[in-house]
Amino acid sequence: MSFADALSIAASVRAGDRTATEVLEEHLGRIAERETEIHAFNLVTEQDARATAAAVDAAVAAGNDPGPLAGVPVAIKDNLCTRGVPTTCSSKILEGWRPPYDATVVQRLAAAGAVAVGKTNLDEFAMGSSTENSAFGPTRNPHDTSRVPGGSSGGSAAAVAAGFAPISLGSDTGGSIRQPAALCGVVGVKPTYGLVSRLGLVAFGSSLDQVGPFAHTVADAALVCEVVGGHDAGDSTSIPGDFPAVTEHLSDGVSGLRVGIVTEMMGEGIAPDVAARVRAAAAALAAAGATVEEVSVPAVTFGLSAYYLVAPAEASSNLSRYDGVRFGNRIEAATTGEMMTATRTAGFGDEVKRRIMLGTFVLSAGYFDAFYGTAQKVRTLMRQDFDAAYEQFDVLISPTSPTTAFAIGDKTADPMTMYLNDICTIPTNLAGHAAMSVPFGTGDDGLPVGVQVLAPALGEIPMFRAAAVLEAAALAEGGAK
Amino acid sequence: MSIDLDAWEIVVGLEVHTELLTRTKLFSSAINEFGGEPNTHIDPLTLGLPGSLPVLNEQAVELAIRVGLALNCEVQRSVFARKNYFYPDLPKDYQISQFDLPICAEGSLELPNGKVVGIERAHLEEDTGKSTHVGGGGRIHDAQHSLVDYNRAGVPLLEIVGKPDLRSAEDARAYVAELRSILVAVGASDGKLEEGSMRVDCNVSVRRRGDAELGTRCEIKNVNSLRSLGRAIEYEAARQVDLIESGERVRQQTRHWNEDDGRTHTLRTKEEADDYRYFTEPDLVEIDPGPEWIERVRAVLPMLPAARRHRLSTETGVPLERVALVVERGLDELCLAAIAEGADPERTVTHAEHNLSDAKAADLDPAKFAALVQLETGGELTATQAKTVLAEMVETGGAPADIAAAKGFEAMESGELEGIVDGLIAAHPEEWQRYCEGDGKITGFFVGGVMKATGGKADGKAVTALLQARKG
Amino acid sequence: MAERITTEDVTKVANLARLALTPDELETFTGQLAEILEHADDIAALDLAGVEPMARPLPLVNVFRADEPGTPLDRDEVLACAPVSEDGQFRVPPVLGEAP
Repeated sequence: MSFADALSIAASVRAGDRTATEVLEEHLGRIAERETEIHAFNLVTEQDARATAAAVDAAVAAGNDPGPLAGVPVAIKDNLCTRGVPTTCSSKILEGWRPPYDATVVQRLAAAGAVAVGKTNLDEFAMGSSTENSAFGPTRNPHDTSRVPGGSSGGSAAAVAAGFAPISLGSDTGGSIRQPAALCGVVGVKPTYGLVSRLGLVAFGSSLDQVGPFAHTVADAALVCEVVGGHDAGDSTSIPGDFPAVTEHLSDGVSGLRVGIVTEMMGEGIAPDVAARVRAAAAALAAAGATVEEVSVPAVTFGLSAYYLVAPAEASSNLSRYDGVRFGNRIEAATTGEMMTATRTAGFGDEVKRRIMLGTFVLSAGYFDAFYGTAQKVRTLMRQDFDAAYEQFDVLISPTSPTTAFAIGDKTADPMTMYLNDICTIPTNLAGHAAMSVPFGTGDDGLPVGVQVLAPALGEIPMFRAAAVLEAAALAEGGAK
Repeated sequence: MSIDLDAWEIVVGLEVHTELLTRTKLFSSAINEFGGEPNTHIDPLTLGLPGSLPVLNEQAVELAIRVGLALNCEVQRSVFARKNYFYPDLPKDYQISQFDLPICAEGSLELPNGKVVGIERAHLEEDTGKSTHVGGGGRIHDAQHSLVDYNRAGVPLLEIVGKPDLRSAEDARAYVAELRSILVAVGASDGKLEEGSMRVDCNVSVRRRGDAELGTRCEIKNVNSLRSLGRAIEYEAARQVDLIESGERVRQQTRHWNEDDGRTHTLRTKEEADDYRYFTEPDLVEIDPGPEWIERVRAVLPMLPAARRHRLSTETGVPLERVALVVERGLDELCLAAIAEGADPERTVTHAEHNLSDAKAADLDPAKFAALVQLETGGELTATQAKTVLAEMVETGGAPADIAAAKGFEAMESGELEGIVDGLIAAHPEEWQRYCEGDGKITGFFVGGVMKATGGKADGKAVTALLQARKG
Repeated sequence: MAERITTEDVTKVANLARLALTPDELETFTGQLAEILEHADDIAALDLAGVEPMARPLPLVNVFRADEPGTPLDRDEVLACAPVSEDGQFRVPPVLGEAP
C-alpha cells in the first residue's frame, strides 16, 4: 500500500496543481471502497469535508495561502470534540452528543487548511489496546482484516494505513497512539506531556493523556506536531512556547547521537521476531553514525502495575460526569440516584466499568496509600531511572508492541493479557516523556513491526532525528525484513 | 428549652463559605453574577462537558490571599484536589477543592469584645449549581421532579474553617458579623447572608463545665441570618443537653435548621462515613504565592475593623464595645476627621452611635459635622435639636447653622426657661404637689408643657434639672 | 501485600461509582479486579521510603487566567443535547437526599 503523503498533497494544493476537492474525493473514494470492511470511522463527515475543501480551493484561487496542511484530509479520533459533529468516544452513553465547541487541536488543524473527513473508532473512552471495546463494533487491521489494528486509537491508525486520510489524530494514555501505529505500519507520536493541548480531548487519565498524530511519514508526523502543538492558555498543564522545531532537524542524521536499547524491554514477553527488528534498527542507527549500547531502566518493569492504578483512578473521577443529567443518553428511573445508576450501567461497556471500579477502589478510604499513593511514588522512580539513562543517552529504543497484530477476539477474555500489550509504551506516559513508533519492516507473519524511539521531556528533536534515519533505513531495506 | 450555663458549656466552631467578588468563575470565563436567566452563565467547564478543562482565576487567588492576611493566616503553597460525589447540581460529579494543602492556614480573628478565635484554614473551591424542586410544595422529598440551573456552578468560594473556640451563641453571631466586616473590608465578598453569598455551617457540641474533652458535635446547615444562627445554636445546645441529661448520647449528625419551627432536624447520620476519594487535581498546577505577591497584597490591605476599633477607642477615650457599631457603620474615619476639626470626641462618637444609622451618613462633611457638635457643646443647640439638625444634614448636606436657623432653633436664655417653668408651677398647684410627693409620672406633664410653650426649643434635660431644683 | 478484594468490596465500589452489577458480573469483576490488583503486589513490595509521590508530570506553578468574561455557550444549543430539559433548565427525576 502506498499513498500520497500530507506534505506533497499540501504542496500541490498550495501551488494550485491539484484542488483540495480532488484530493478529498480520491480519499472519499477509498473510504467508499474499504470502510465497510475496515470500520475505521464512527462517522464520515462527507458534506462538511466537501465544504471545507471548497473553501480551501476558494482561498487558493483568491491567491491566499490556506496553510501548511492545505487540502490535506485528516481523520480525527472520536474522543476529540468537534463542534456540532457527534463525538461519542465509541460509547453508548455519549451517542448523539454534539459538542458545542472544538478541541484546540481540531481548531489548529482547520486553521492550517486541513480537511476533516470524519471521526474514528476507538476503544470506549480510549480504554483498550485493540479497538474491540467499541460500542459500535471493532475496527479491522487494513493489513489483515482478521486482526486487530491495536488500540485505543485503532480507527485513526487504520484510517491512515488504509489510505482514508494521509494523517490522523489520536490520543495516547498508555500507548494508544504508538501501539496501533506499530500494528498498522504507520508512524505514531506521543509528544511530551504538556506539548499538545488537551482542551477538548475527552479525558481518560488526565495526568497521562496526550494528543498526537498518525502519518505515513516521519516528516508528516513532525509537521502535524508543529501545527497542533504549542502552548494553549486553555489547558493549565500546557507547556509555554512552541512545539520544538522538529521539521527543521529531520535531515540532521544521527551522527554522534547516543542511543540506548532498553534491556528490560527486550526480554521476557517480547516476541523474538519483534526483538530482532529492534536489533536491526539499532544496527541501522549505528551504521548511520550513532553510538548504540544496551541500558537498564529498572523501573520500567513496574510500569504496568503503576499504570493500572493511576489511570483507572483518574478515569473513575473523569467518567463520573456521565450521569444522564446534562448530555448524552439517559435511562429514566424513579429518582435521580437510580437514573444515574441505570444510565451508567446501560451506557458503559465492561472494560470501562472494570476500570471505573478499579479506580474507585484504589482511591477509596483505607486503600489510597497502599495503591494510588504507591503508584505515584513509582512514577517518581520511573522518572528517576529514565533521567539516569538520559544522562548517558539522547534517545532510547525498544519494541513498540511485544507482538505484531493479533487476531480479533484473541485477548478479549482476559483483561490482564490485553494489558500486557502496553508494557513498552506505558513507562513513557508515567514519566510524562516523549516517544514515537516508526514502522521497521515486518515480523515472521509478514505484519508490520514498529520500533519505539523514546526521549526525555522536550527531547522531540533527537527523537525525530532518529526516527527519520530509521524510516530511511527501512525504505532502503525495500520494506523487507 | 434553656440550659443551665453554670453546669454546661456550649462549644461552637463555624465553617463559613463565602462567594468571592470576581467577575468570572473560579476556573472558567463564565460570569460570576447572582441570579440571571437560568443556564445563561455557562461554558463547557461550568456544565462539566467532556473535554473541558479548568484554568484558575488569578483574581480569586488574590482575594483569598487578602482574606488570609486579614485573618492573620499563613498564606502558603497549595494544591487543588477533587472531591468525588454524585449530585445533579455538581456538573462534573466532583468538586474541585483544596484538601491537604489549603491556601491559608492557622490564623485568628478578634471579636469586638476582645476574644480571639482561631482560624484553622481557608481554602478555595467551586460552588455548585442550584436545583428547584417542582411539585410537592417545593420540598425536596415530595418533589415530582427537579430543575437544575448551573449559573452558580463554578462560582469561586472561600471556605473559612474556624476552630471550636466559640462558647456562646452571642459570640458565634459576633464572629460571623466580624468575619463579614472583614470580608467586605478587603473587597472579597458582598457579605450577603440572606442571598447566600455567605453561608454558615455550625458545629455545635456541649460538655459539662470543667471537662477537658469536647462532646460529640452536630453540624447544622441552612442558617441564613445572624438571628437564626443564634437561635439554631441555642436550640441545638439545649437539645444535646437534654439528650445527655436523660441518659442518651449525642450522635454525630448533619442537621438542618428549620426557621419556621425553630428546630434542627436530622439530615443524615454519619454512620457510613462519606468516601470522597480525594486526590490531587491533575488538570491544575500548584499555586505558590511567594513572598513578593503576599507582600504586595499586604501593602494595599485596608485597615481592618479590629484595628479601626482600637484606633477610634484610643483616640476618643470611648470604650471598645461602644465604638464597635460606629466602625461597623464605617463612620470611624468621619468621627476622627470631625474630632480633628475640633469636635468633642465623646459627643461625636455618641452621635455616630445613635443618630447616624442612615447609609448616607458616611458622606457627611467632617467639618460640618464638627460644627454641629460644637454648636451643641457650646450650648447653642440642645441635644434634641442637634439630632434633628444632624438628620437634615445627612439628607441635604446643608450647614448646621443654616438648618438650625431655618428651623428657628435658637439658644434660650436660661432666665426665659426659668420664667416658663415657674409660670407652669404656679398655674398647676395640684400637679406640682404630686410632683413634689415623688410621682414620677407627672414629670412628663411639666416637660410637655414647657415644650409646648417654647415650640420645642427647650432642652428636656434642662427642664428636668430645673424642676428638681425648684422642688429643693 | 494487600488482602484480596472481595465481592463486598466490589459491591461497595460499584455503589460509589453508580454502577449496578448482576450476581454473575459481580463474581467476574471481582476475580478480574483481584488479578489486576495482585499484579500490583510487585510495587507494594518496593521500598519507597523517602520517594515523593508524583501527581502530575510537569513542575509548572501559578498558571492563571485573567478575570475577564468570555463568550457564554448558547443555552439552546446546550439544552438541545440534554436528555430532558424544561424552562431553560435541566430536568431530573426527584432527588433524594441533600448534597453533602
